[in-house]
Amino acid sequence: MAEHILEMRKITKTFPGVKALSDVELSVFDGEIHGICGENGAGKSTLMKVLSGVYTYGTYEGDIVFDGEVQQFHSIPDSEEKGIVIIHQELALIPYLSVAENIFLGNERRGKNGMIDWNVTNHEAMKLLDRVGLKENPITPVNQLGVGKQQLIEIAKALSKDVRLLILDEPTAALNDDDSEHLLQLLRVLKEEQGITSIMISHKLNEIAEICDRTTIIRDGHTIETFEMTRDAGIQDRIIRGMVGRDLTNRYPSREHVIGEEVMRVEDWNVYHPTQPGRIVVENANFSVRKGEVVGIAGVMGAGRTELAMSLFGRSYGRDITGKVFMHGEEVHITDVSSAIKHGLAYATEDRKRYGLNLIDDVRRNISSAALFKLSKRGWVNGNKEIKVAEEYRGSMNIKTPTVMQTVGNLSGGNQQKVVLSKWIYSDAEVMILDEPTRGIDVGAKYEIYTIINRLVAAGKAVIIISSELPELLGTCDRIYTLAFGRVTGEVPVAEATQEKLMTLMTQEKEVRA
Amino acid sequence: MTGTTSVKDLFTKNLRTSGIYIAFVVIVGLFAILTGGTSLSPMNVTNLVLQYSYILILAIGMVMVIIAGHIDLSVGSVVAVTGAVSAVLVIKYDMPWWVGVLAALGCGVLIGAWQGFWVAFVGIPAFITTLAGMLMFRGLTLLVLNNTSLSPFPEPYRNIAAGFQNGLLGGAGYDVFTLVVFALAVAGYFFSAWRTRRSQIAYEQPVVAFPLFILQLVLVAAVVMWFAWQLASARGLPNVLIILAVLIIAYSLVTTRTVFGRHVYAIGGNLAAAMLSGVKVKWVNFGVMLNMGILASVAGVVFSARSNAAQPAAGNMFELDAIAACFIGGAAVTGGVGRVTGAIVGGLIMAVMSNGMQLMGVPQSVQSVVKGLVLLLAVAFDVYNKRRAGAR
Repeated sequence: MAEHILEMRKITKTFPGVKALSDVELSVFDGEIHGICGENGAGKSTLMKVLSGVYTYGTYEGDIVFDGEVQQFHSIPDSEEKGIVIIHQELALIPYLSVAENIFLGNERRGKNGMIDWNVTNHEAMKLLDRVGLKENPITPVNQLGVGKQQLIEIAKALSKDVRLLILDEPTAALNDDDSEHLLQLLRVLKEEQGITSIMISHKLNEIAEICDRTTIIRDGHTIETFEMTRDAGIQDRIIRGMVGRDLTNRYPSREHVIGEEVMRVEDWNVYHPTQPGRIVVENANFSVRKGEVVGIAGVMGAGRTELAMSLFGRSYGRDITGKVFMHGEEVHITDVSSAIKHGLAYATEDRKRYGLNLIDDVRRNISSAALFKLSKRGWVNGNKEIKVAEEYRGSMNIKTPTVMQTVGNLSGGNQQKVVLSKWIYSDAEVMILDEPTRGIDVGAKYEIYTIINRLVAAGKAVIIISSELPELLGTCDRIYTLAFGRVTGEVPVAEATQEKLMTLMTQEKEVRA
Repeated sequence: MTGTTSVKDLFTKNLRTSGIYIAFVVIVGLFAILTGGTSLSPMNVTNLVLQYSYILILAIGMVMVIIAGHIDLSVGSVVAVTGAVSAVLVIKYDMPWWVGVLAALGCGVLIGAWQGFWVAFVGIPAFITTLAGMLMFRGLTLLVLNNTSLSPFPEPYRNIAAGFQNGLLGGAGYDVFTLVVFALAVAGYFFSAWRTRRSQIAYEQPVVAFPLFILQLVLVAAVVMWFAWQLASARGLPNVLIILAVLIIAYSLVTTRTVFGRHVYAIGGNLAAAMLSGVKVKWVNFGVMLNMGILASVAGVVFSARSNAAQPAAGNMFELDAIAACFIGGAAVTGGVGRVTGAIVGGLIMAVMSNGMQLMGVPQSVQSVVKGLVLLLAVAFDVYNKRRAGAR
């Protein structure tokens, strides 16, 4: 195992005005699983783009040594030729094509006459699916499969290219715990049985700790250190220390718990699937939140968490919604998003790029977008006041941007999230529903987000956090509701909550489901 | 954040928006040289305004449609059918000219509401809705006109597009009234620029350095007054220019300063995010399409007045000129980006090119090829810029 399959030596990559990577060193042994950790914007993705030939030979300095030879990749096919395959965070499958078609896309199995030989294609696809442990018919369209299985198809696709070094960029970010576990298991099998080396980029430190042989830490475009992974508990702290460059003694800032009267109560909330008639997505949900309280909603993916939140937030999801919503003890009828906002609700979405922000517009207009009514008189917007407001939030929320005129798409994930939070705080919401508020955000910025949440409840707001990261809920909430298969299965004060207890409730099935 | 912006920042940071103005100046200069100065003669400048006014009116509405992420292919046919309705009333039934104008505008409202209904509330893509509209309203034009042309319009109707405000204050060889109007406009511009700057400073925003600010004002004043002089020494102030100026100012304000305008940009930029921010997406889309119908009917009146007739084939291909104007003017194909002033300058670039090539006697075939290339290059420039900005 002592032989290097890959060495990246003194890689330096400069963009106009910014040095994204400087003298980065990465060496990967043949047959290991190598973790790469770093905050967002540390340069992990850039490094992988250099390796896979997205940034072509000559646009960077330093050497890529693969199999003992210096490589000059001019395109992605060049690197794939050598057996280096990268699987990106956003899956690159074509939804309406079949599993087999996706696997051999761009690499089609042709017969003598130049036409695609479907028998060979489907047969080989089956063999590849077998290797990744997926029992699916190769002619199934990909969109009929879940994200977890799609991720496995990506790996099968990589295997079809005779991969030797597999690079996975945040492979489990969108997966639930079961699927993640399966994927990690598969990487181990591929390593042990087929000798495939993997590089895994991840924010999930427990996964890195579980599966990787060695880990390299990157911070601000520099290699900080590479070390052997041990199974002792301190290893995660070591990674965090390396990533943020300081000790984070407490990952969750503490706060004083001053809980007031009830602000919102939801009774008998039912939501049906928007396109599949008769399929109930949220069933008889009852919950409440009080002033100054942080309430968690724990549930695995597909449990109906986001559906519950969005249906409450101006009926943005689902149909045949029934149930009652009380604000300060009085029943309110929320018909659309603008009335939800007027009643003091806010919803920061799980996927801020797709649903939360106008990425091509600037910070200022994103912050004001949910509360233009506060900035306008008879339909006319006071542009100067708007800038002033945005500047205030830039300061108070510590949004790292040179000016509020900066396009939001250019900010890092953490700063984008601060823009989303600013937007809802400015809308004067009393109840803020935060859906996965720290997804895809690095450790340092997470801490800041938690601090902001503490400030919100200290100011008398009520906060509902939806999260699949149980430690996060345990670290921030006062009370946690668990959601399983669309039903609220439990309500646990944080003092009594443990990960095991929550997980049991989150997976509690109703007696025999059809 | 008080500070001043340097000349370099002014250009590099806003290359995308300032690029179009530079291109415009270059093209005007180029044709002035190629035509030996004819293209800048008072008569030709006047003609240019008259000849392309209706495309510019369409471009104002079209840019909003495009910003919202839609497209309108029907405007050419709407120009035809509104002109036809007005002609039937005024010419065939001898009604007063203003009845024709009101009827045309009313048709515009109905057509806009019709298309807005399908796009916004039923959810048919605008491309399909307006493609259908393009066929339907062309058919209705033929029906209303009974397949023949109607002409001539009475004098007051013609004056909407072909008339001038001239001699109101006298002047020898030049129209004093025109100059006074333009001078007032420049003064108004100075005043509003000054006020904007004052409030920007009060709200602690960066402003351009004072000498640069003055230079900007002087440059604008010089260009505008030169233009005024050209008009004044020809036939005076064209009525259609007044209509156009009012529309440009009004819609620039609507797009940049109103909640409605903001919502249009928000929808085009990220539909889902706009919806979840409380934007009433359906009503905004309806409003955008309705507005396009109304502006198309204004263009219909202007065009029929200018050509002094309503013809079955009127307005053919206008939609493409209007769409091209928007894209040359920096609107993004994917929506969310664009400006009224950009679309106007884009339209003027097309106008100056067509007009210049006509003066040079370039055949129609070559003109078409050149216009197509300019459109392609303008969008390519835009795409290149975006890629450069997003390189990281």
